[in-house]
Parts: sequence; C-alpha cells; structure tokens
Amino acid sequence: MDYNVLWFVLLGVLLAGYAILDGFDLGVGILHPVARTDEERRIVLNSIGPIWDGNEVWLVTFGGALFAAFPEAYATAFSGFYVAFMVVLFALIFRAVSIEFRGKMKSSRWRTTWDYAFFGSSLLASLVFGVAVGAAMDGVPLNQRGIFIGRFVDQLHMYPLLVGVMTAAMFTMHGAIYLFLKTEGAFQKRLETWMWRGFGCFLASYLLVTIMTLVKIPRATQNFQDHPWGWLLVFLNVLAIANIPRAIHQRRAVYAFVSSSATIAALVCLFGLALFPNLITSNPHPENSLTIYNAASSQKTLRIMAVIALLGMPFVLTYTGIVYWTFRGKVRLEHHSY
Amino acid sequence: MSALDQLMDVVLLSRLQFALTIMFHYLFPPLTIGLGVILVYLEGMFLRTGDPLYEGAARFWTKIFGLNFAMGVVTGIVMEFQFGTNWAVYSRFVGDVFGSALAAEGIFAFFLESGFLALLLFGWDRVGPRMHFFATVMVAIGGIFSSVWITVANSWQQTPAGSEIREHIVNGEVFLRAEIVDFWALVFNPSTVHRLIHVWLGAFILGAFFVMSISAWYLLHGRHRAFAERSFTGGLLLATVCSLAQLLSGDLQAKNVARHQPAKLAAMEGQYETQTHAPLYLFGSPDDQTGTVRYAIRIPGLLSWLLHGESAAEVPGLNDLEKTWGRPPVWLTFQSYHLMIWIGFLFIGSTLYASFLWWRGTLFDRRAVLWFFVFAVILAFVANEVGWVAAEVGRQPWIVYPTVVNGVVTGGLRTSDGVSESVEAGQVLGSIIMFGLIYLLLFFLWLMILNDKIQKGPDLPRRSTQHTHPFLEAATGLVDHTGSLTEEKGRAPEENG
Repeated sequence: MDYNVLWFVLLGVLLAGYAILDGFDLGVGILHPVARTDEERRIVLNSIGPIWDGNEVWLVTFGGALFAAFPEAYATAFSGFYVAFMVVLFALIFRAVSIEFRGKMKSSRWRTTWDYAFFGSSLLASLVFGVAVGAAMDGVPLNQRGIFIGRFVDQLHMYPLLVGVMTAAMFTMHGAIYLFLKTEGAFQKRLETWMWRGFGCFLASYLLVTIMTLVKIPRATQNFQDHPWGWLLVFLNVLAIANIPRAIHQRRAVYAFVSSSATIAALVCLFGLALFPNLITSNPHPENSLTIYNAASSQKTLRIMAVIALLGMPFVLTYTGIVYWTFRGKVRLEHHSY
Repeated sequence: MSALDQLMDVVLLSRLQFALTIMFHYLFPPLTIGLGVILVYLEGMFLRTGDPLYEGAARFWTKIFGLNFAMGVVTGIVMEFQFGTNWAVYSRFVGDVFGSALAAEGIFAFFLESGFLALLLFGWDRVGPRMHFFATVMVAIGGIFSSVWITVANSWQQTPAGSEIREHIVNGEVFLRAEIVDFWALVFNPSTVHRLIHVWLGAFILGAFFVMSISAWYLLHGRHRAFAERSFTGGLLLATVCSLAQLLSGDLQAKNVARHQPAKLAAMEGQYETQTHAPLYLFGSPDDQTGTVRYAIRIPGLLSWLLHGESAAEVPGLNDLEKTWGRPPVWLTFQSYHLMIWIGFLFIGSTLYASFLWWRGTLFDRRAVLWFFVFAVILAFVANEVGWVAAEVGRQPWIVYPTVVNGVVTGGLRTSDGVSESVEAGQVLGSIIMFGLIYLLLFFLWLMILNDKIQKGPDLPRRSTQHTHPFLEAATGLVDHTGSLTEEKGRAPEENG
C-alpha cells in the first residue's frame, strides 16, 4: 500500500468517524421537535452538549487532511461547490449558536426561536452532506486541469437529492437510538416510536438509492471485480442494517446503536470503494478525474503527514474515550447544563 | 469602469470577505488563549490553597471562557473552508506545505481542546478537582498548540523556508507549486518564533485586560469586592509583565521584518525613499502621490538607529524596493502598525502606573483609573487586530512571499493570482452579505450574553477567609507550602453539586 492509498483510507476513517459521531448529533437535532416540554428539550440538548464540538472537529480535521494530502481535490471541491459550502457553514454556525445560546435566556419566545434554528440547521446540514456524497458518486463536470466547470444547481438532480434524503433518515434513526440510550420514562417511550419511524424511512430510501446506484452508476460496481472482498462489505452492511430492528425489538439499545454505527461505517467504506482511485470523478470525460495520484501532495509530505497522524491518533482516541466515559449514562440536568 | 464594476471583482470581494471573517474570528482566539492561562492559575491556586474564592473565580471565568470559545469554534470553521472556497489557486499552490500545518493543528490541537473543553465546562460535578484542573491545563495547552500551527503556516507565507517550488502535473497540464523539502526548516522558518511570541504576548495582554475590565467594573459598582480585587491584581501583574515584554518582542520582530520583508517594513514606517539617518515617524499620513508622509512628527535618524544600532545606517525605501518586492498599500499598513504601537505604549504606561498605585495601596480607590481599565480592553482587541492588519496588508501584493536569490525574485504567489477559478463575483458578494448579517447577529448575542453573565456575577462563598495577595506570594515564592498538590487531596472540598 503506498502513501496515496494510505491517505485515502485515513480520510475514509475521518469521514466515517465524523458520520458516526456527528451523525447521531445531527439526528438528535432533527428529532428536537419530538421533545415537547422545556425540560425534555433541555435533555435533548444536553445529551449532546459536551460532545457536539468534539464531533465537529472530525469534519474540520477531515477538511484539513484533504487540504494537506490532496490539495487539488480540496481546491476543486470547495471552490466548485461554493454555494453548497456556504450553506453548510450557515447551517453549522446556526446549529452551534442555537445549542449554545438557547439556554442563556429564560424567555419562552427566545427558546422557541432557537429550537426551530436547531432543528432546521441540523436537517439542512444532513441533507447537504448527503447531496455532496450523491454528487461525488454521480461525478461532476471537470475540465482537463481538474477544475469544476458546471453550475451547482445542475448537480441537484434526482440521485444526489435521494442520497440527501437517505442521509437525513439515517441520521434521524441513529440519533433516535442515541437519545433512547440517554433518556428515561415517557419521553423515552416516544423515542422508541421514532426509532422505528427513522428505521422505516432509512430502509425505504436505502433500497431506492441502492437500485438507482446499480442502474445509473455502473462505475460504482466496477471495483468489485478487482476487489472481490468488497462483497464482504456489502454483506456486513446488510447484516448491520438487519440487526437494527432486531436489536430495537429486543430492547437492546446499545446493540442497536452499534449496529447503526456499523451501518454508517459500512456505507462510508462502500462509498470509498465506489470512488477509488478517484477523489472527484469527472462526468462526462472521466479521463479528467482527480485521483489519489494526480491530486496528491508530494510523497515526502504524505509521509510526514502519516507520521503526524500516527502520533496524533492514539491521543485523539483517548480524549474521545475519556469524554464519552465521563458523560456516560442518562442525561442529568445540572447547574452547568444548557 | 464604474465604481460598482470595480467592486464586483472576485479578488477584491474575496479579500474583503477574508478580512471580515478573519477579523471577526480573531476577536476570540487570543481572548481564549489569554483566559486559558488565567484559568490554569486560578484552579491551580484553588488546588493548592483550598481557598473557595479561587474556586468561585475559576468557575466564573470558565463560563466566560466557554462563551468565547464557542464563538471561536463557530467562526473558525469558516476560515478553514474559505481557503478552498475562495482561494482555490492558492490552495493548490500551498496545499503541500500550508495544508500540512493546518492538518497538524486539527490533529494535535482541536481534538485536545474540544475533548477537554467538555470536562472543563460540564465536568465540575462529574470529575474530581484534580482531574478538572488537568482538563483546564489541557484546554489551555490546546489553544497554545493551535496558535503554534497556524502561526507556523502564516509565517511560512511571510518568510518561506524548508520548501521548494516544483512542477506538478495534472492530466498532462504542468503547473508550479510549493513542496516541503525540510519539515523543521519550514516549522522554524525565519519569522515563526518572533511572530509566535508576539501573538502569545498579545493574547495574554488581551486576556489580562479582559479580566481587569470586568473586575474594575465590579469594583466601581461595589460588587464582589474580594473577588474583583484579586482578579484585578492577577490581571494587572500579567498585563504589566506582558506589555513590557511585548516592547522587546516588537523590536526584535521589526528588525526581522526589515531583514526578510524590507518592503513591508518600508510601508510600516512610511519610508518612500532610501536614505541614511532614516527618521521614525511618530504620526503622519503617507501619501503615495507625493511619496511623502504628510502632517508628520518625526525623530531624525531614530529608525536607522532602531534597526541597525547607528543613526547613519541606510534604510531602503519603497522607491528602490518596489521593483523586486512590489508595493504594499502604504497608508493602511502604516496606520495600523502605528496604532498598534501607540496602544502598546499606552498599556506599558497605564499598567506601570496602576502597579505603582497598587503598591501604594490606593489603586482600588482611584475611580478614574478603574474606569480607564473598564474600557481599555477595547484597545487590547484593537491592538491584536491592527497588528495582524499590518502583517497581512504589508505582505501585499503577495499571498505567499517570494524569496530573492541574488536579486532575482523566485517563488511567491501574487494575491491577485490566488483566487478561485470557478467562483463568480456575485457568489462572493452573496456570501459576504450572509457572513455580515450572521456575524452582526452573533456579535450582539455575544455582547448580550456576556452582559448577562457579568450582571449575574460569580457564585462566591459569602466571606473570603484570606485577605492576602497569593498571586504575588506565588510569584515571589513566599507561598505557604504546607499544602502541596498531593497532600491537598484530603482537604479539598468534595464536589457534590
């Protein structure tokens, strides 16, 4: 395995980490309206209160690593999808602000405003992330120099939108399971219904996306011929998805959460396998694609970065572990809560 | 071309957007770096002395810290995305070098900060006081790590080292970009250390003035006296030491700029013509048309003396430098640089005077002095901002500074060449409006909540048991060492919420 492939894998790890961690975080935001009383809403916010910031760091580091390892892909994607990235920034800023500022004032109008902002921005961010993945699967028009030459609105057709919907549904399900773990009593009962609803929406959109991928994007399955172990991923993905309703039914929420995390991880892996070795696929003119070789930094830099990642990763996992361990168990509203 | 057409230029708009977003962002990081150091001190003293006044103070400043940190995170994500969205050509050119520093910041600093921030803000009732102290130290270190990597990245843009311009081929198209050849030479490029120290001192000064501002306000209103006196004294000591140190750091840095970025120095000092006995302008208004500094108050020979130790030394002016280095906007560079320096001198004078009053024991009765410190924090914000304006505007017309080898300019990237190829002016205008509105809202929310927290004040024990000044005792080694960190365990109050 060369450094280019290593960095493709590491970016996949960062993306999967982000999708799993901020996935339930965003899902919790989408489910925020399910909470009715102010106390329930505070429980929702405080379930992610200490961790949302750390979860978002995975995205920031993904962006930084993409910039460092594959600057061509970073530059083309971020400038080409200018409007989409501005929408993401808008959503992420408003989400952070509504989490932080909602509890700072007692007025119910103040709090309701931020409740809507929290819900809306979480949904918007989930949709745009999904659309971005869909657009990457589908490919975008690039010129010979690897620069985006289309318009963003042209990318908003059926397939990316459907992937956006699937992502939002998946995060809703993932968030519902997480919230179920973090709550008690009547509120938890209502969340059980939402776990089922989330799963239903996810399953329906997942099947549609799978069919459309097979029909519309033949390139997506080409890699399976060269890498037959890819079928193992498909198998694991189906197994993980099938496990979710089983675990919910058996009331083993931790198991359900692990399963939905595995589902997300498997989907990110499949996404990576479908792209490989492209980072940004050109459609039409696939020969203009930006790959992990022509878009990469120098070998020396990739090696230095690998050392940095190797040094840093154990620490990152330790911090994450410490924080999740400290805030384990049901949400308790304390003096310092939101 | 009409004025509107001139405005609808992607380069200009992208520069305006970058200026808006970075200047708003930079209100917060130096504040959290400065406050982080103060939090470490307060919690450390609480562990050491068990004095609940320290605990109350640590809890209060932690809340303020959390608010500022959130603002820094939210506005910081924008910065990282913006290199790619608005400066794609620049990103392709520097990714190999600059991207690495940015990624290192993410891996080494952001995870550390965000992880332990959770314990710092929400962990009071979940972890023991020593673990909480550890979290505080980690968050403070995280902020400092972050400043290291981002200053490394920016310093490389100012004085590139450890990199080489090489050809890179994408689908048969050849283009040039910077690549790392020596990682440590890149990290310790000629300006990194000078600039890092300057950034840190600026952050400590801001943190100290912020604490002094709120404390002075309490003192003027007769509220939380013991807490406010202790906070003010600690802040004053930090501010005095750092303001004095900043003078030395600034002097070293100006000499370094003169060596590596002579055109920037000429713009900062308003040197249009190469001359011996170069004067130092105390005030003035550089005029590009006439090539002179108007309404100037000058001290002949002082600039030559400051830079080279003798007043007869020659200082190159823009007339000679322009051919090789290009000409930065002189007026803005000159004024922001001078504003920063004047604020620096004001801080040295005012902190020394306040320290003298404190030593006399009359500081807290001098209402005029306290009122000065209530508002001086605004100047500390301004000094941090305009210092960066001088650094970044003075770097123009380059986004990555060139290197001159035997009089030949090599490498470097012009700002006008760094902008995204596929972005239109209308899109940038739209995002400027969006950021402008969001940041205006954020700014008012920040002020409102800050005010709310200040009005509520710290949650303190009714009477402090100690009336000494442990900060100075600690600083001078006179502290009572009967309770060391390990022995303290039994005596520290249990935290049960």
